[in-house]
Amino acid sequence: MSLQASALAYGYPQRTIGREIGLDLKSGEVLALLGPNGHGKTTLLKTLLGLLRPHGGKLVLDGRPLAAFSLRERARKLGYVPQAHAGIFAFTVLEVVLMGRTSHGGLFGKPSRRDHEVAHVMIERLGIGALAQRPYTEISGGERQLALIARALAQEPSFIILDEPTASLDFGNQGKVMGEIRWLAAEGLGVLFTTHDPNQALAYADRVMLLRDGKAIATGESGDLLTQERLEDLYRAPVDVVRDGDGRVAFLPGSGG
Amino acid sequence: MTPASTLRGNTIAFALLAAAILLAFGLGRFPVGAGDLARLLWATLTLQPSGLSPQIEAVIWNIRGPRIVAALLCGAALAVAGAAFQGLFRNPLVSPDILGASSGAALGAVVGIYFSLGLFAIQFSAFVGGLAAVGAVYAIGSTIRRGDPVLVLVLTGVVVGSLLGAGIGLVKYWADPYNQLPAMTFWLLGSLAGTGKPDLIPLLGPVLGGTAVLLALRWRMNAMSLPEEEARALGLATGPLRVAIVAAATLVTAASVAAAGIIGWVGLVVPHLARFLVGPDFGKLVPTAAILGGGYLLLIDTLARTAAPVETPLGILTAVIGTPFFIWLLASARGGWS
Repeated sequence: MSLQASALAYGYPQRTIGREIGLDLKSGEVLALLGPNGHGKTTLLKTLLGLLRPHGGKLVLDGRPLAAFSLRERARKLGYVPQAHAGIFAFTVLEVVLMGRTSHGGLFGKPSRRDHEVAHVMIERLGIGALAQRPYTEISGGERQLALIARALAQEPSFIILDEPTASLDFGNQGKVMGEIRWLAAEGLGVLFTTHDPNQALAYADRVMLLRDGKAIATGESGDLLTQERLEDLYRAPVDVVRDGDGRVAFLPGSGG
Repeated sequence: MTPASTLRGNTIAFALLAAAILLAFGLGRFPVGAGDLARLLWATLTLQPSGLSPQIEAVIWNIRGPRIVAALLCGAALAVAGAAFQGLFRNPLVSPDILGASSGAALGAVVGIYFSLGLFAIQFSAFVGGLAAVGAVYAIGSTIRRGDPVLVLVLTGVVVGSLLGAGIGLVKYWADPYNQLPAMTFWLLGSLAGTGKPDLIPLLGPVLGGTAVLLALRWRMNAMSLPEEEARALGLATGPLRVAIVAAATLVTAASVAAAGIIGWVGLVVPHLARFLVGPDFGKLVPTAAILGGGYLLLIDTLARTAAPVETPLGILTAVIGTPFFIWLLASARGGWS
């Protein structure tokens, strides 16, 4: 199974933001979209999800144009994990995860026994079983993000697409959520996430696409691609590199000094 | 909410409804007890004479009965529409008149009174006014293709509502101050006084039809209360669903305003009361709101006709009860609206 884009142009209805995007996401693989904020990562993500119409080029899911899928069919293939928000109504975590079953039931139907089973399985798999009956509005940001991942998994999709999954999380929760992302790929899902943190892309993604001004300036294996020069070019800012004795690399925002 | 607590919540709602009905029959110049009602019900089912005095039978069938049914229908309609709109507009402070249904109906009614139409013509004019106002809001809102469609719709509703308010003011200004103006004021404050059997016919169809649609769609309202793009990514066709929910909620609101005049607050307060009982899941919330809304408006209507020698307008009572409730709600709301 694959999600492929070639020569893709994208943007909002009256404004093209990016063009010439080539991308191929396969099952069991993690792809990171890395780039500065405000350079079209989220917009590209929404286009890949079919929420925005492509402005040109091809976008193909399992050999069929994405535009030819109905909303329901698409929801069973592509799971979407938005940035965790506080929520308005105090739905329980279980009720939130059950919303992931929308595309599996009828328009008038109440969640079935199977919907409940799937929801419970996903909640347990993400280790938030104890929170199932807690209001979503009263749990922590990290727990919300895990609940939203469980909701996307309840769609039983082939691909999971996450928008800045750690943007609003504290240090400990970032590691937890990113660890789940590796595990999703190990389970055979194709995973795509956006981030502005090169270390996250380096540690958790198989491949990285560097996005600047709506263009993919480079794509490749994360270990090979992420170098000081490329990152300085991507962010137009100095970047420092630190290495430990085992040769592991981390990037720090440089001072230019 | 676990199944047990949902059951407990619905038991409370039904008990309140039953109490409201018994109280409404029991209070007034000719009190009707539970025994009388049971006897009449049994007699009707078995086609036997009830043995009640004709006077009491007439009170039940022609006076108090129709008024009670009207209160139940209007209360349920406003509560269900309010719950649906709060979800659709992702805002727990929204009431069924947010898109101009009430102000449109009010303009229709005052125009009808101004032209000295008959009662049914005035009701019809109010009903059409409500539907037309929301139709216009929706049409204008959907031509504006920028930003969040839900927010655009709400802002259009506010703007059109205030224009309609100016229209109402103008008609009142033109109206004959001795004859027409009191009738308009009375209508704008809301009342079920004088509701008879014939009034139920135009109320019943739209309220039952619209409520049935909202009940059928209630399980999808949870995902509809998410941000637009999330709901679509979950597989919901948000555009057509929004049209269906707005149309059904407008139908029931316009019908209830046409029958009873402007009754504020019910559609805002009752969904919150229902949330206390069964939680925010719309699948459970919508039916409970209907039961609770009927009982709530019936209690208020009973208060309206018995509290003082002259009937108190419903809209005044719902505001007097609704305002402090709402302030308390604002003060006590934690992170979410449970």
